[in-house]
Amino acid sequence: MDDLEPIVAQANAAVDGAESLAALEAERVRYLGKKGVLTALLQGLGRLPPEQRRAAGAGINAAKSGLQARIETRREQLAAAELERRLADEALDTTLPGSRVDVGGLHPITTTLQRIESIFVSAGYRVEEGPEIEDDYHNFEALNIPAHHPARAMHDTFYVDAVHVLRTHTSPVQIRTMERRPPPLRIICPGRVYRCDSDLTHTPMFHQVEGLVIDRGISFAHLRGTVDQFLKAFFGADLPVRFRPSYFPFTEPSAEVDIQCTQCAGAGCRVCKHSGWLEVMGCGMVHPNVLEHCDVDAEQYTGFAFGMGVERLAMLRHGIGDLRMFFENDLRFLQQF
Amino acid sequence: MKFSKRWLLQHLDAEIDTSDLIARLTMAGLEVDGVEAAAGEFTGVVVGEIESVESHPDADALRICQVRGGGAIQQVVCGAPNAARGLKVPFAQVGAQLPEDVTIAAVKLRGVASFGMLCSAAELGLCTDNEGLMELDPALPSGTDLRQALALDDDIVEVDLTPNRGDCLSIRGLARETAVVTGIALREFPIEPVAATVGDTLPIKLQAGDACPRYAGRIVRGIDPAARTPQWLRERLRRAGVRAIHPVVDITNYVMLELGQPMHGFDLSRIQGGIQVRAARPGETLQLLDGTEMALDEETWVIADDLRPLALAGIMGGSDSGVDESTRDVFLESAHFSPLAIAGKARQFGLHTDASHRFERGVDPALPQLALERATALLLEIAGGQAGPLQVVEAGEALPIPAEISLRLDRLASLLGTEISAARTREILLSLGLEQLEETAEGWMFRVPTWRFDLGIEADLIEEVARIYGYNELPSIMPALAPELSAPPADPARILRAALVHRGYREAITYSFVPADMVAAVSGADSGVPVANPISAAMSVMRPSLWPGLLLAARHNLNRQAGRLRLFEIGLRFDAGPGFGQRQTLAGLATGDRDPESWADPRQRVDFFAIKGDLEALLETLGIAALVTAEQAAHPALHPGQSLRLSGPHGTCLGYAGALHPAVARELGLDQALFLFELFIDRLPEAETRDFCVPSRFPAVRRDIAVIVSREVLAADLLTAVRRAAGPSLSEVRIFDVYQGEGLENNKKSVAIGLTFQDDRRTLRDSDVQAAEDAVVASLVAEFGAKLRGG
Repeated sequence: MDDLEPIVAQANAAVDGAESLAALEAERVRYLGKKGVLTALLQGLGRLPPEQRRAAGAGINAAKSGLQARIETRREQLAAAELERRLADEALDTTLPGSRVDVGGLHPITTTLQRIESIFVSAGYRVEEGPEIEDDYHNFEALNIPAHHPARAMHDTFYVDAVHVLRTHTSPVQIRTMERRPPPLRIICPGRVYRCDSDLTHTPMFHQVEGLVIDRGISFAHLRGTVDQFLKAFFGADLPVRFRPSYFPFTEPSAEVDIQCTQCAGAGCRVCKHSGWLEVMGCGMVHPNVLEHCDVDAEQYTGFAFGMGVERLAMLRHGIGDLRMFFENDLRFLQQF
Repeated sequence: MKFSKRWLLQHLDAEIDTSDLIARLTMAGLEVDGVEAAAGEFTGVVVGEIESVESHPDADALRICQVRGGGAIQQVVCGAPNAARGLKVPFAQVGAQLPEDVTIAAVKLRGVASFGMLCSAAELGLCTDNEGLMELDPALPSGTDLRQALALDDDIVEVDLTPNRGDCLSIRGLARETAVVTGIALREFPIEPVAATVGDTLPIKLQAGDACPRYAGRIVRGIDPAARTPQWLRERLRRAGVRAIHPVVDITNYVMLELGQPMHGFDLSRIQGGIQVRAARPGETLQLLDGTEMALDEETWVIADDLRPLALAGIMGGSDSGVDESTRDVFLESAHFSPLAIAGKARQFGLHTDASHRFERGVDPALPQLALERATALLLEIAGGQAGPLQVVEAGEALPIPAEISLRLDRLASLLGTEISAARTREILLSLGLEQLEETAEGWMFRVPTWRFDLGIEADLIEEVARIYGYNELPSIMPALAPELSAPPADPARILRAALVHRGYREAITYSFVPADMVAAVSGADSGVPVANPISAAMSVMRPSLWPGLLLAARHNLNRQAGRLRLFEIGLRFDAGPGFGQRQTLAGLATGDRDPESWADPRQRVDFFAIKGDLEALLETLGIAALVTAEQAAHPALHPGQSLRLSGPHGTCLGYAGALHPAVARELGLDQALFLFELFIDRLPEAETRDFCVPSRFPAVRRDIAVIVSREVLAADLLTAVRRAAGPSLSEVRIFDVYQGEGLENNKKSVAIGLTFQDDRRTLRDSDVQAAEDAVVASLVAEFGAKLRGG
């Protein structure tokens, strides 16, 4: 079989020269296929004298498996090269922005309300709500503000009819809750309120959160502690807080609460009108007349109430200078929260 | 209330720094709103007398004055129209420093030398309106330093009094309070009775019961009509924000500011017969000092003579009985009106006066005689005249009786959460003018001073003790509240908010009151609730829907180049029914591109199905999608062919969604397609706690069919028919293509439906699936005349 060697050499060269998996396969078929060159040599063994057959057969088989191994090696090389090419083809500029799915956002009043609520809910307060068109009794009378009381002038009231108003504060929810459930009570009442007033620092609609705690032995010291802790938690800072005597018909004693100005740390600036303090809420011990209106025994039970303007707190927390922006709903404003 | 600090200090025994005064008043509950200097900073200004006035040769508007100041007569060129010979005016001499860095130098004005400047009140920072030269009291000696002559080194303090502290609406009242909070002694302020020198009196009849239990009056005859209110009194009025008008009016105002008692001066010659305090009679009218004509009713108290009403009791005088420059004989009134009689009355007439402000809050009933004596003395001093006897008429038992209140020391301690010593407690209350009556087992009885109308119950006394003791001196502790565990409340609003934010919506908060015309355009039959006294037409109706507010917000943003918008709001909507509706509602709005512009995705506009998809996602998130059905339905705000109504289990309407009707859009000036939805949160069914189903272990088989049906056939009806015909092994059905157009008849559409079959107990055989598919096709053919596409 002197022609075997050139065939092997030729086949090796063809395998090594195959530049693609398809070309390599064609070479495999040419040499090792059913009608391949080496296969044909094996089939031609019959024509040899019997004593030569064994040696010639072994030679051909060795050449065959040698070629097979060579093809396998080449196949791996080509596959690796092909993967390289594909990876190169598929490479992306991964710094391009991702497919956009827009995410919206909550109004800063809502996030502020949620912050206030979660602080109180964690202390066991329940959230109560009430109607925005409220009757005169719940908005005024039951809160110890009879008709023609000068304190009514503090509330520029929107009227709906002879007995209904747009609630001027969230305090009527106190009354509605006390009418419904006996003490002890611990609630906060968030919501919209309305006053007939519109200028740079007033919008005819705004938001309040009212709080009420009624139990045996509740004192002004408890009010001080609660308000103080709340304000520190809300602003996330150890802010100085002070109580100033004030007047609300539905609390006695009554107080306004100031925090140290968040803008100037008490040094005095435009925001705090150079006083170093910012008024943030009103509060007091629930007036006995209010408890009696709700059939709560004012000798057995005492309580405190507080009310805060949500816009005011949101403005201080986010550094918003103009109250009216809250209700313009300008995207350039909303997008920032 | 605005007041001069110097005036206040006259009632106190020691000086106090202004900032200290402000701090102490504020921390005692009398909040100081602001402080300003009584005058600008200036030096070198003296009282000058204009000796002569000549016209300027080269300027019509200027005049040449010879002015006597401290030294030699100076020539001053002046442009003020009221420059006149004999007038005394502020004279800024050469070298004077005026506010705003003005230095006065010798100058030539149109060729005439001028040595100094004659000043207006505004130029000296005394007021803001510039009304010519400030005319000084002729009695002031020329050459006196103006700051000293007018005591201008003073602060004007403005205190914002709460309605309970009517007792502090006077210098005397503020001094009383200042004395308590500073520890400075209050000076005595004796008011001597003025002896009568004529015997004239008027008959006075009180017919107003409790409304007017005390009326003091006095005739003063022969005042000098040319008398001028002295400068010191004008200055005090000015610092209190009151204009000087006429000596009688100025004096009654002055006494009101000083003591707190509102007074009135009548021209005696205009009073016919005597004085009656009575209810107005039907048909009576009164022209007030400010010129307005009032129709009176029987609920209104008036001061009348024998013929007609002269004044609105406790509110304002009438124009034809008041004093003027011809008045010679005066009747001074100083009466007590009860708060209840006056409260609300002024507001009813659209009035708010210094008198009504005080009477509404309560004026010390002990004041009328004192105030009248004080005013008489001032009037005689300033305008001369002869005083008649002081007349006081009382309506017996109607005078307010000072409250007697018991204070229990243990109640004080429990309400404040701390012990304040008995001695300190008593000391505080006595310092406030309370009178201690008997000692009780638990504390004391106190009688409230006549000026404190706000003290009526024990809690009021506790507040007074706390206030003077110092709120910030009291302890601050957390209450020990008993813990309580309860199931978390259902809060669909919170869930909806979060879901919407994830879907790209931004929360808006719009005004609850909307323009009436928008309500008409957007809400059809639901008209909302009109506000009786709206702030403007644009805020006149409590919204029956949240759409008007969102549409206004959309317009605001579209007008500001925001082409892409997704907004939502959660809030109440209102209707005219019982309780005014007041139901919690969610509304959403979308317009413009579906997604933010991106290189990766083709631009796609928001359409009806985008918001329907959002709505479906919300219902899924709430876990109630299966309980809600959507059907085509008309809504006045929506495109009739692109709208649907959501219904709950019993057909309750849960809301609407659709494209904004193009006609409504045009009316609102919106020119791009807008899509809206509204969901009535209060009516949403509650999600039930879900039971788990074991997923099938057997393979699913999918078959797709496409049918050609008439365009009017609704997808919902097709799907209902499919579900009914396919039998229980159908696990999912979805429409994956809808086509109409080329290759189909005009009124036809092709709907491609994907059917997924799966059984819980076995692997489905091909024949099972085929049978189900055949049944589906047969039913669509029978019900809708459907033709199988490509079949």
